[in-house]
Amino acid sequence: MKPTDISDPEYFHKVVDCQYACPAHTPVPEYIRLIAAERYTDAYMVNWESNVFPGILGRTCDRPCEPACRRGRVEEEPVAICRLKRVAADYKEDIAERLPSIPTEKNGKKVALVGAGPASLTVARDLMPLGYDIDLFDEQALGGGFMRSQIPSFRLPEEVLAEEVNYVLDMGVITHFNTYVDSLKSLLDKEYDAVFVGSGAPNGRDLKVPGREEGAANIHIGINWLESVAFGHTSSIGEKVIVLGGGNTAMDCCRTSRRIGGKDVKVIVRSPFEEMKASPWEKEDAMHEDIPIMDNHVPVDFVVDQGRLVGMHFEKVRAQYDENGKRSLIPLDEPHVFVECDDVLVAIGQENAFPWIERDIGLEFDQWDMPKLDPQTFQSTNPRVFFGGDSAFGPENIITAVAHGHQAAISIDKFCQGKDVTARPMPGTILSSTKMGVHEWNFDNAVTNDLRFKVPHADKYQSLSDRHIEVELGFDEKLAYAEAERCLNCDVQTVFTDSLCIECDACVDICPTRCITFTESAEETELRGKLSAPANNLAQDLYLSEPLKTGRVMVKDEDVCLHCGLCAERCPTAAWDMQKFLYSVTKAAEVQS
Amino acid sequence: MSYIKPSFRHPEAPTNNIGYTEADYEGALSTLCAGCGHDSISSAIIQACFEMSIEPHTVAKISGIGCSSKTPTYFLGNSHGFNSVHGRMPSVATGANLANRHLTYIGVSGDGDTASIGMGQFSHVVRRNLNMLYIVENNGCYGLTKGQDSATADVGSHSKKGAVNQYQSIDLCALAIQLGADFVARSFSGDKAQLVPLIKAAMSHQGFAFIDVLSPCVTFNNNVGSTKSYEFVREHIQATGTVDFVPMQEEITVSYEEGASQEVCLHDGSVVRLRKNGKDYNLRDRAAALAAATDHAHSGEILTGLLYMDPDTEDLHTLLDTSECALNKMTEAELCPGNQALQKINDSLR
Ligand SMILES: Cc1cc2nc3c(=O)[nH]c(=O)nc-3n(C[C@H](O)[C@H](O)[C@H](O)COP(=O)(O)OP(=O)(O)OC[C@H]3O[C@@H](n4cnc5c(N)ncnc54)[C@H](O)[C@@H]3O)c2cc1C
Ligand SMILES: Cc1ncc(C[n+]2csc(CCOP(=O)(O)OP(=O)(O)O)c2C)c(N)n1
Ligand code: SF4
Ligand code: SF4
Ligand code: SF4
Ligand SMILES: [Mg+2]
Repeated sequence: MKPTDISDPEYFHKVVDCQYACPAHTPVPEYIRLIAAERYTDAYMVNWESNVFPGILGRTCDRPCEPACRRGRVEEEPVAICRLKRVAADYKEDIAERLPSIPTEKNGKKVALVGAGPASLTVARDLMPLGYDIDLFDEQALGGGFMRSQIPSFRLPEEVLAEEVNYVLDMGVITHFNTYVDSLKSLLDKEYDAVFVGSGAPNGRDLKVPGREEGAANIHIGINWLESVAFGHTSSIGEKVIVLGGGNTAMDCCRTSRRIGGKDVKVIVRSPFEEMKASPWEKEDAMHEDIPIMDNHVPVDFVVDQGRLVGMHFEKVRAQYDENGKRSLIPLDEPHVFVECDDVLVAIGQENAFPWIERDIGLEFDQWDMPKLDPQTFQSTNPRVFFGGDSAFGPENIITAVAHGHQAAISIDKFCQGKDVTARPMPGTILSSTKMGVHEWNFDNAVTNDLRFKVPHADKYQSLSDRHIEVELGFDEKLAYAEAERCLNCDVQTVFTDSLCIECDACVDICPTRCITFTESAEETELRGKLSAPANNLAQDLYLSEPLKTGRVMVKDEDVCLHCGLCAERCPTAAWDMQKFLYSVTKAAEVQS
Repeated sequence: MSYIKPSFRHPEAPTNNIGYTEADYEGALSTLCAGCGHDSISSAIIQACFEMSIEPHTVAKISGIGCSSKTPTYFLGNSHGFNSVHGRMPSVATGANLANRHLTYIGVSGDGDTASIGMGQFSHVVRRNLNMLYIVENNGCYGLTKGQDSATADVGSHSKKGAVNQYQSIDLCALAIQLGADFVARSFSGDKAQLVPLIKAAMSHQGFAFIDVLSPCVTFNNNVGSTKSYEFVREHIQATGTVDFVPMQEEITVSYEEGASQEVCLHDGSVVRLRKNGKDYNLRDRAAALAAATDHAHSGEILTGLLYMDPDTEDLHTLLDTSECALNKMTEAELCPGNQALQKINDSLR
């Protein structure tokens, strides 16, 4: 195996598990340390620079960072990364001064954004400081996209949403709300230098089983219904509600129902409970609100009596898996189950649709009727048109939309400036020692044994009475500090200098998780087999030094390193140093944090 | 500065036959200098005890005074321990061992603790063949008192300040062989592959087992010109052979060509095997072992590995025909049989 090239920015980036897993690569440990230091505004700005919506994401993010968190590999639960983000937003001071300044003299380029969701807003945030003129179109009356129309206010209060949407709009974006763009061609004719399509995946899938038409009055498509509730067009539902589907939309539908009249609300899903798409915490919250989840039930028909929906039939199934792990649902030999209801919410999936995009404008679509895009640049086959968010590769989440937005903004800027769109900028990296004294570091290297702290919730009966009452109260400062201390500072890297090592084994002996081995080099598989501790997590790299004096190499398995710094404290020659690695995705415009 | 070692361990850390992980054999966080060889020896002892599935409460650690003698605090935190007086570890070990022969005794000493102030005690504990493992953590200096030359410093070795040692050094292995020790080995703190099997074999040996472990003092004796520095030791090390320790539970699966290795069977059924130079070196020849150690020393080399071994030996308990039962398991009547019993003994001696 070759010695590790630590000058490759991706090497240490990968060690920062959370940041690496975050689609926008938010420097998580950096902001967590700032929170621990009560520097909430700084923590907020680190987030804002990366993900544009810290207050929103701190409440709603799908948090791909948390399953990746190193802490989850050495104890039960990862750090509450997402809820700490909210802490930064909750306790920050006024940030007006810190927002980038917008040039009064424009650069003469005009960009149109279709849709006012997170993807478009990110593009606007990144391009406005460069002097672009931006027109933003959305058929809704206000900005935010699905964050406004779909995510219920008991999870995301309207003020939090408005504040962060407005930071962007107030940069001087020209908004055209209540405006549905019905032709991309006519938009392109309007002399825009570029068009960004951030129109999301707006179609909810329907369930075509017998009784659908007869019961139509009480059968609603989940996302349309949520939108209607969000904008105040719908304010009640029957007492008995069936929600079909196992994703997060289903969870929002059932919890919203409980708040506007639903007393006996059930979620009924085809798949086994463990395989539901909804995040575990969403399922927990739903069940906590007395919403049972019936799994392994496949809808058979809607039952309509005297023109009114009265219930549904389901067939019970069990999951069976073939040798490739592919699932099939095998019907049980049992009579169909009848479940009574007044209303049904169908939340079984979302689809893209581009009825407003002409097929003769040089913009090609693939076999699934999705635009053909370059996955790095987000440019379509019509070079002036770029995509991002749910409209690009199908429904994902807010943080993915943001990540797309950043990349699309870079492409649009390059395109408008006549540069090569495919030449992507390198990430910014800073590697600096944290050494303060003989055995002192400027980060808190002691590892706490605390288990994950729970976010306090509002009183259940009170919050069920009003859909505007936020369920989660957020960490207070004390809890936030304690939770922040659980972070292992994975961005503080163990950096090895082979010329200094005297091979005394002190680091090997002290390491609590046995990460370090001195041995003869070999191919990776063989090497993994002869380390001090099992090194079975192939997703984590081995850090290999150049050959040392004895001809052996230092091998460190990055997998469960606690970043405790004991190796560096025990090294008599400072061959190990703890160095902070700050990785930042380069954006179209530099936004200081 | 960290005073506490994180409590997290490798989630897939292996367990031994009695269900313990290596962490169960650890001790307090070491306060020795970063890079001290002694810490590696502690870690080798931990590894050996873990791999041999020893119940920690069946071990007693006894030491004298010195950085080396401090180390029992840093391993086997769940075992018995006695940090005694400078040079007096052998007396305390003897007392403890006579009181209870069922524990595994690990004596930890330094070159100062053994070869200077404790020289007399050392000689006698060897002669008496006390059943114990005696480890000298040999750094050629008095580390704890800031690095004065010890009696194992080689002639011509330079101290950190540049002073040259003029006195002859004591070779503790040669001495132990001469005094009749039946298990004598030398090793290096930086070579766990050798040290761990030696410790295991020494603990299994029924009788006195001595290991002199070169263990550089990074702070006071790791300079250029020192013959006890990491670099010097590495460059001058030679081994009698590669040592394997096969515990009694395990079947011997590898076979070596005739003469390429030699095996010694211990009383508990485990086997010590010497590979590589195995055929050139006769483990059971005391005179040859002495010659080999001295010859290497004369030519400026350090001979490590198992130097001499004879498993057929009678330890102090056998020689004295002492009670099988530990004193703390006896009743008062057994411990103080009264005047009548005393008279009987006196009469027998008249
Ligand atoms: C019920 C529900 C709950 C969700 N909860 C979460 C969550 O908790 N966390 C999370 O990360 N993600 C969540 N998501 C997903 C998330 O909302 C989306 O992935 C994200 O908003 C996509 O952003 P976007 O910028 O691509 O487009 P969107 O947010 O979908 O915005 C697209 C906008 O474009 C407008 N538009 C579309 N076509 C046109 C047109 N032709 N002319 C004018 N305007 C147009 C639409 O009105 C809409 O406002 C949820 C989704 C749903 C359905
Ligand atoms: C009776 C007595 N004399 C002298 C001392 C001072 N003293 C403490 S440690 C030590 C030498 C220790 O050397 P060594 O055994 O080699 O241990 P090291 O620190 O090198 O591991 C001496 C002389 C003492 N503690 N007690
Ligand atoms: S920081 Fe060093 S001592 Fe701590 S776990 Fe990582 S490699 Fe081991
Ligand atoms: S502690 Fe330092 S000098 Fe010793 S082996 Fe580790 S890296 Fe090398
Ligand atoms: S003084 Fe020498 S022997 Fe003592 S702890 Fe420091 S390095 Fe080890
Ligand atoms: Mg010494």
